Amino acid sequence: MTAFIQHLIEQNRYQSTHLLAILRAVQAQYFYIPHEAIEQIAQQLDIPRTQIIGVIEFYSFLHLSPRGQYDLLISDSITDHLLGKHEITAYLEQQLHVKLGEVRADGVVSLANTSCTGLCDQGPAGLVNGYALPHLDKAKVDQITALINLQIPLDAWPQDLFYVEDNLIKAGLLLSAPIALGEALQAAFNRGLPETLSELDSSGLRGRGGAGFKTATKWKFCAEEANADRIVVCNADEGEPGTFKDRVLLNTYAHQVFEGMTLCAALIGAKQGFLYLRGEYCHLHEKLIAILAERRQAGLLGTQILGADFTFDIEICLGAGAYICGEESALIESLEGKMGIPRNRPPYPVTQGYLGKPTVVNNVETFMAAARIAVNGGAWFANIGTDKSKGSKILSICGDCTQPGIYEVPFGTSIQSILDDCGATDVLGVQIGGPSGTFISNNEFDRLIAFEDLATGGSFIIFNQHRNILDIVNNFTHFFAHESCGFCTPCRVGTSLLKNQLDKIINGHGSAGDVVALEELCQVIKKQSHCGLGQTAANPILTTLERYPELYQAQLKKISYEPGFDLDAALETARRLANRDDAGAHLAQIEES
Amino acid sequence: MNKTITIDGQVVPFKDGQTIMEAATEAGVYIPHLCHHPEFTPHGSCKLCTVNVNGRTCSACTFPAMEGQQILNDAKELNEDRKKITQMLFVEGNHFCPSCEKTGNCQLQAVAYHLNMLDDHFPLFYPHRELDASHAEVLIDHNRCIFCTLCVRASQEKDGKEVFAISGRGINKHLIVNAESGLLKDSNLEVTDQAAHICPTGAILIKHTAYQVPIGERLYDHNQIDQVSLNREKLQDEQ
Repeated sequence: MTAFIQHLIEQNRYQSTHLLAILRAVQAQYFYIPHEAIEQIAQQLDIPRTQIIGVIEFYSFLHLSPRGQYDLLISDSITDHLLGKHEITAYLEQQLHVKLGEVRADGVVSLANTSCTGLCDQGPAGLVNGYALPHLDKAKVDQITALINLQIPLDAWPQDLFYVEDNLIKAGLLLSAPIALGEALQAAFNRGLPETLSELDSSGLRGRGGAGFKTATKWKFCAEEANADRIVVCNADEGEPGTFKDRVLLNTYAHQVFEGMTLCAALIGAKQGFLYLRGEYCHLHEKLIAILAERRQAGLLGTQILGADFTFDIEICLGAGAYICGEESALIESLEGKMGIPRNRPPYPVTQGYLGKPTVVNNVETFMAAARIAVNGGAWFANIGTDKSKGSKILSICGDCTQPGIYEVPFGTSIQSILDDCGATDVLGVQIGGPSGTFISNNEFDRLIAFEDLATGGSFIIFNQHRNILDIVNNFTHFFAHESCGFCTPCRVGTSLLKNQLDKIINGHGSAGDVVALEELCQVIKKQSHCGLGQTAANPILTTLERYPELYQAQLKKISYEPGFDLDAALETARRLANRDDAGAHLAQIEES
Repeated sequence: MNKTITIDGQVVPFKDGQTIMEAATEAGVYIPHLCHHPEFTPHGSCKLCTVNVNGRTCSACTFPAMEGQQILNDAKELNEDRKKITQMLFVEGNHFCPSCEKTGNCQLQAVAYHLNMLDDHFPLFYPHRELDASHAEVLIDHNRCIFCTLCVRASQEKDGKEVFAISGRGINKHLIVNAESGLLKDSNLEVTDQAAHICPTGAILIKHTAYQVPIGERLYDHNQIDQVSLNREKLQDEQ
């Protein structure tokens, strides 16, 4: 082990910023991070062991105790639930002889839930040792079980098990006409860099991650910083449940995304770029590395790009299972080899980002759009969309419709017309922008995709009339409690309280005051939390409580007092000790009315 | 000419680079807080010091004072939220004041009194947490840790060590000790370190000193935390 880690650390040039990459490699080799590895890494990187332990315990894909040689994770996103996640998990447990959340006694296989894997259009999905397994069904589970029991190495598994489809259904402004290699950079050099920034400004392009900050303004702020050592970061930590468009963009349009990053570097004067790729997309890693190599070959990265006095290169950094790293300052912390905890602002990343350097962080789609705008000019882009939301939006559509996949629509498109496009009938409601967004009912389908109406990073989940709203809300609320980074009190404690309070109501133990208490708690978390995760964690409850208060009320017992605990469940230990399960060993909490 | 901000209608001068908290403390305005300490880099995690700045919520301990800010601090709605956040801290851990040797000297308890917290409000988590009594002179009772990171920062910034860190995610956050065994006795903590004395609750205690000051004669037994805090922190600011 000593030699393996020594080699790994040399490969990573003794950089503590590469801690995540080092730990990912150790996890892959030993199925956990052994104690001796922590000691050696701490010593050789000259960082406290507590930083390493902190990082391991923060990220879902790193472990202090051994996982199975085949670590199977099942996507727990609501979209996978709609496609039969429960049935397939039960079948996996049965075939593999391992319970969810456990490692099989022989250490060969482990099974656990994981947050949305970004395969919502081809679920139920999972990961094996980090690699995506779409479209799980019983036949595939049988196949996987056989491979695992024969201990066939992962690279000898049939490749079709790992085949991830693009499902690009509707191409619009950007997707219908990708740029040629180097076209955007050449156009920018020909036009002049300041003029190109003006075009970007007049295009009205706003960040595609959901928050919608004006891209040209962000780039200008960064360029104006005194420190000339500037950084470009592409945020490909697409963790919002129901979103998968960045996976498709990086699978099929990676050149244009990298070109957009390089364009940004040219405009702001950056030499170093990072693509922060979520761990769930590690199946794209090698392909993207090859594309970067191709671009270096073509003179589009490295020194003297396109013969100009311009040096820039891009490194890919893989995440390790943490939704919070989609928040830009948490992402920067993660790039630095730390726990992904959102920073205090100010300073903002454009002033002090990666290692304190001025940093632009943008979404995959934003860079892609910027590259196209450099070629076609601002007016071309600004002609499409609404007054405040220019251009198009790429949506990841999933849930109850006949054709889930990627749809590019002009901003200002109504929800109804999108539902018509993707074959959604009998619709109960749509979750726009993922759990952190808004649930809209079927009375609101005339509303528009736009920053000024329904903003979305791309998530668009459709639910039909047979779905239970409280199940959906419950899934989302548990998701936030699981993903809270724990930095601030209102989110750390609040999201867990929210989960327990909602469970109480859904399980029928709520009484008169409980919905009021739920809403009060939501407001504290929303108002007082440190970052966007906490500020939006109560949205699933708040947006459905506003639209369907009767659903919550119907769950409440008609009693005036509040039972603090479930009496019958509390007797479980006593029943086990007495070896009884007859009617007399059960007590009803209250007289059922 | 002095630059000023306004807190609850009171004009408060500030110097460039000061946070709202620093300016307020200098002017004798108390903003409730637990993770803030004037001697250490602000952390901004407990969220008790949340104030309303020109209509926007900000942590007073990290947000810079800027000319013309209209700040709400001692407002009913803010204090209600502060009380709820304090209640969250209480239910998250195991805080049994009557049996805790820190009672009367505990900032968490004193803030709770200040905010008129009369019950836990939320259901208790009753987490299972350990005790580390391995060190000859210093004790860690994890039941009372509120993750303010004051011990982490004191160890780094004052003691020049890295004895403590916060690990884990979400509700599973926990304090860890920089020793191969994970035990305090194997770390390089000394009882004279500031990190051993900085805990605002009873999570890090000096052994053999409990009850030397009898209950009834303790720091917050006769004084409210706002006065104690202002007196102490103004002094520290001036030094």
